[in-house]
Amino acid sequence: MSTAKATLSALRQRIAAIETTARSVPPAEAASSGSAPAISTSRAGRIALDRDEVDLTLGGGLARGALHEIHAASGADNIAASGFSLALALAAAPAGRTIVWVRQDYAAKEGGELHADGLQALGLDPAALILVQLRDPLAVLRAGGEATRCGALGAVIIEPWGEPKALDLTTQRRFSLAAEISGVTVFLLRPGARPMPGGAETRWQIASSPATPMAMNAPGHPTFDLTLLRHRHGPPGGPWRLEWNRDEKCFQRPTLLRDPATLSRIEPAPHPAERAPFRLAG
Amino acid sequence: MPADAPLLIVEKAKGALVLAAPDPAAIDQGLAPGLSLAEARARISDLAVADHDPTADETLMEHIADWCDRYTPLVARHGERGMMLDITGVAHLFKGEAALLDDLLARLAGFGLTAFGAIAGAPATARALARSRKPVIVPPGREAEAVRPLPVTALGLDPARVQALRRAGLKCVADLIDRPRAPLAARFGADCVERLERLAGIAEHPISPRRLVPAALAERIFFQPIALTDDIAATLARLAVDVASLLEARGEGGRHFEASFYRVDGAVRRIAVATARPNRSPKAIARLFHEKMDALSDPLDAGFGFDLIRLGAFHTEPFLAAQANLDGHALDDEAVADLVDRLGARFGPEHVQGFVSSDTHIPEQRAKLVPVFSIGDRPQVWGGGLETGEPPLRPLSLFNPPEPVEALGEVPDGPPLSFRWRRVLHQVARAEGPERIAPEWWRGGGDTPDRDYYRVEDRNGGRFWLFREGLYAADRPQPRWFLHGLFA
Repeated sequence: MSTAKATLSALRQRIAAIETTARSVPPAEAASSGSAPAISTSRAGRIALDRDEVDLTLGGGLARGALHEIHAASGADNIAASGFSLALALAAAPAGRTIVWVRQDYAAKEGGELHADGLQALGLDPAALILVQLRDPLAVLRAGGEATRCGALGAVIIEPWGEPKALDLTTQRRFSLAAEISGVTVFLLRPGARPMPGGAETRWQIASSPATPMAMNAPGHPTFDLTLLRHRHGPPGGPWRLEWNRDEKCFQRPTLLRDPATLSRIEPAPHPAERAPFRLAG
Repeated sequence: MPADAPLLIVEKAKGALVLAAPDPAAIDQGLAPGLSLAEARARISDLAVADHDPTADETLMEHIADWCDRYTPLVARHGERGMMLDITGVAHLFKGEAALLDDLLARLAGFGLTAFGAIAGAPATARALARSRKPVIVPPGREAEAVRPLPVTALGLDPARVQALRRAGLKCVADLIDRPRAPLAARFGADCVERLERLAGIAEHPISPRRLVPAALAERIFFQPIALTDDIAATLARLAVDVASLLEARGEGGRHFEASFYRVDGAVRRIAVATARPNRSPKAIARLFHEKMDALSDPLDAGFGFDLIRLGAFHTEPFLAAQANLDGHALDDEAVADLVDRLGARFGPEHVQGFVSSDTHIPEQRAKLVPVFSIGDRPQVWGGGLETGEPPLRPLSLFNPPEPVEALGEVPDGPPLSFRWRRVLHQVARAEGPERIAPEWWRGGGDTPDRDYYRVEDRNGGRFWLFREGLYAADRPQPRWFLHGLFA
């Protein structure tokens, strides 16, 4: 028994040694290739999501300088997955840093072009976004890899469509390694793809969820149902429901009622046919 | 047919085949351009005939002009068969004017081309002498003397006036040059005098070069042509250092760089890269070329090797040396600009985009995606509904054009109860609106109907941006519903 334990610990040490040597080589490569100055260490840490159950499951928040994969629960939830990725990118990016979004053309054809005013409505200054739109999935992955190596960015969103062959385990491992070196958090957005084992730190499944209504039964803030499908350093979890707060750049639990004053005006999910017709304007 | 039969290039003129360019052997036998092919055949029985291909001629001349760049950056085409090189200040690089001319003509002869050249202080003089097939080098200030023996055709006037000059007994330039100008101008036209003065080097007439002159230029000439990718990359890296130091001396940075590869057989290939901000870091420049050459759809064909590689900075701007702030922000900006350049070099600058706001409230025209390059430091105005605590009023993604939906409303001008988009029925649970966005009549949009926008949420939590085009009214067509965007 004790010999087995000793062997196991010896093996673990060897693996750790291999991993550290593997990771100590690339910084030199990154420096020689003219990438960003070393600022990565100061940004190491975790991104808080809800400061509660989700963060506990993640061991204190979402890891920075890592690869996170985001899937949509269904075709109709692609926009929610995009919104969630952008929200995470905003939570991850230090103020004033540029976010790079590499997108396959087909994603825009299928789900619409990104709208500058809408980006701002989620809290992103459109001027701080560099959008790289490419036709070929391989080019998307290459451009994404190039961006990931640039440590001066706030975050990178890589959005290939479907399940391109080139996006295999090796590529994903390469992304996470590059992210670890540069300190940039990378979100791999996967519209039209099934969740498969890969090299990401976490894998999420996102669905849009009914928002807490505003006054006059108006649709509320972006709200997501998230499921943690995989987590490298812990158990999966969920589903949880989180709401994005643009002003604070953080997620929060949706409150049932936003404002006591609006209480009387909100009917609990009335059936459309029974609802009295009212005019909102004009 | 014997191999040494005179070769005729023929073209179609007025329905008949006419000689466009007989070769020297044919000219020796008395054939001249303009003669019909039938007549030429009648005179000489065995003739080789080929069709005239003006486009191929043009391409060849362009290739030659590109190749001439190796002597001077100031190369101009002149007429169909002429080339004008401004060699001011470059002759010493080729061991003098005579050596330069010899080298140029010898290399052209090596390509199988027949060429004549002359050097003079004025372009018109050199051209006239070259056309008279005299390989002369006119010493400075002796232009008027050199052109004296030339026939009046050297002026390049139209045939009618040449004949008029001949009839007046003015056969060569010497007959004209000593005469008072006013009577000449009165009788043969003002441009006759103008041409005469240009020919004699009295009037200035600059050439117009085909290409921009680089602000900074570095080159390497190889005695032994190089062909290996690594050698080429190393050469570019060294040239980048040279160009960077030239730019540094001027206090500038380049925004557009071009590498020219001169192949031994005369082919010239140019590869250009552009940067988002003035750049003079040799490493960055070399890397951009590396990216670009890696991504070329038609790779650089070294053939038998390049004997001259040149790197020029074309568009330069004042270079403000980056000063690292305490938070390293300036360095970050530079790193991002470098990334933009690299992505632009590899995937094409038009694919690396940023948003620019425009002064309109039509949603699909609110923002334009333009190459990050072309965005200056212009302040941008965005309006996504940014009051604290307000949910997004504009969708994350927008369909352009808006997608038509079938909507069912309860009241004519209220939000829809349900709508069908992409064959899926959505039951509306919540809605807000309308927000009316009217077309801009002052921009000629007065004919399109108003749009009433609604933010709606369906029972599954999907949030949509719908609009109704037009209003329900008796005398108007039924309004249509569109889905314009999706909220996260």
